[in-house]
Amino acid sequence: MRLLTLTDFGVTRRKRDILRGVNLSVGTGELVGIIGPNGAGKTTLMRAALGLIDCIGHSSICALSPRERGRAVAWMPQSREIAWPVDVETLVMLGRTPHFVTGQRPRDEDLAAVARAMQRMDLTEFKGRTAMRLSGGEQARVLIARALAQETPLLMADEPIAGLDPAHQIATMRSFVDLARDGHSVIVSLHDLGLAARHCARLIVIDKGGIAADGPPRDVLTPALVRGTFGIRAYLESTPDGFVFQPLEVVA
Amino acid sequence: MTRLALLLSTLVLALFIAALVVGPADIGIYQSLKALFVDDEGPMTLVMREVRLPRALLAVMIGGSLGLAGAAMQGYLRNPLADPGLIGVSGSAALAAVLAIQTGLAASFAFGLPLSALAGALIGVFLVLVLAGPRGSSLTLILAGIAISALAGAFTSLVLNLSPNPFAANEIVFWMMGSLADKSMTHVWVALPLIVLGALMLATMARGLDALTLGEDAAEAMGIGLRRIRLTLIFGTAAVVGASTAVAGAIGFVGLVVPHLLRPFVGARPSRLLWASAFGGAAMLLAADIAVRAILPARDLKLGVVTALVGAPLFLHLIYLTRREGL
Repeated sequence: MRLLTLTDFGVTRRKRDILRGVNLSVGTGELVGIIGPNGAGKTTLMRAALGLIDCIGHSSICALSPRERGRAVAWMPQSREIAWPVDVETLVMLGRTPHFVTGQRPRDEDLAAVARAMQRMDLTEFKGRTAMRLSGGEQARVLIARALAQETPLLMADEPIAGLDPAHQIATMRSFVDLARDGHSVIVSLHDLGLAARHCARLIVIDKGGIAADGPPRDVLTPALVRGTFGIRAYLESTPDGFVFQPLEVVA
Repeated sequence: MTRLALLLSTLVLALFIAALVVGPADIGIYQSLKALFVDDEGPMTLVMREVRLPRALLAVMIGGSLGLAGAAMQGYLRNPLADPGLIGVSGSAALAAVLAIQTGLAASFAFGLPLSALAGALIGVFLVLVLAGPRGSSLTLILAGIAISALAGAFTSLVLNLSPNPFAANEIVFWMMGSLADKSMTHVWVALPLIVLGALMLATMARGLDALTLGEDAAEAMGIGLRRIRLTLIFGTAAVVGASTAVAGAIGFVGLVVPHLLRPFVGARPSRLLWASAFGGAAMLLAADIAVRAILPARDLKLGVVTALVGAPLFLHLIYLTRREGL
């Protein structure tokens, strides 16, 4: 089953092609990392695929009604907005919004989904705390939990692990791996290529408005691509501990 | 939660009864309430049914409207400083009312003033919609609202400036301060349909406002139609605030202070704040209208003056509290 299909997909803004000729599809049980330099179009690709900005070509998610989309895919934007001093549990419960009918109160299954999401993100002890007063990294975990509570087949997150401490970065990537193992799919954009290489089964490199490479980390992160796309030289090695990627220096 | 609902509704009920029994006509509490329900074919029933009842009903309707619209506006804009007047509806309604007073339309037939104020509100909404568009960020709505308010304010000043008739100018100034004095049941019937319609529209925004806590992008991806919620907000606010301004003039600070005051008691959830602010607004306006009659009964103290005098220091206090919490 395909959870996301983009065909001849592109985005044009102010008469400039931001993205063009994108073709990709994501099935079930995949953890896909979207990588690329700043301004390459990672966020634009994800927002356009969701139908949040105008696009050309076909996206399978755009074709859904807003309500169906809310049940098919959860989206965690890059800007971590929390407008009001609500408590953590209430905020995570917002993820259940697409599952409610007008005027409905949370059912047992909603409460269970919220509890599972908070467990996954190690937030159980924060339940009653005011989300706005948490640290930036803790807020990020709350917002990831919100997206997890939506319990959709596909989760898309824009730089979810930026600003998290190493333990929570790894734990978050592990919970995405677990989700993929359970048959969900996760598409995350991230800048930490080391974490991307270790945890994602598939990497999509966005560069200059198109897909520069798409495949398993070992095939994608070649010295030539790392040099051409990111302008860096890196240490890449398969070790007994898994694939290790460490950026070393900037190349001209 | 339910305790708050009980508390607020009891408060509104108590103030409503108090508003019915306070007035220049010296009637006892029991007598006045009896005269309201049992027609004594004398002046007491007339005073109760034609003077005090409409006044108290309008205080509930208008206070509730302003509180509800304020909570909806703050929720949509995710800004605790937003006010229902922000989208320019009250400004344009006031301008039309001022024109009606100046041209004599208000004097020539009984509902000239409220009806032209409603027309003004409608034109104001139309202009804001044209300027801000049905899509786009909340920022464009704020900017369009400020522009329309400023323009309406400038024209209002122009009318006052060039007014050849000092009596009309005087009447305009007093009208703009906002008051519930000398209102009849007919005013209630003019305002009621629009206020009910607008309040129902604003009530449908509850879930969308909650989702907007996470920002526009996240809310839209959860299936909240931003376009629909924006139009609902504009038309709902226009209906309740337009009708309120048309009947009672410009009454400030209720829509700003009441949601701010009640936010901590509803766990800051925008959906719960909607109904809580409606009750809170009704209570505040009832209390202010009682104060108007109790403090200076002979001097026709204006309601809008009292709400501003009470509201502004309250607001300063809230800002101080917010600052101390470091938010």
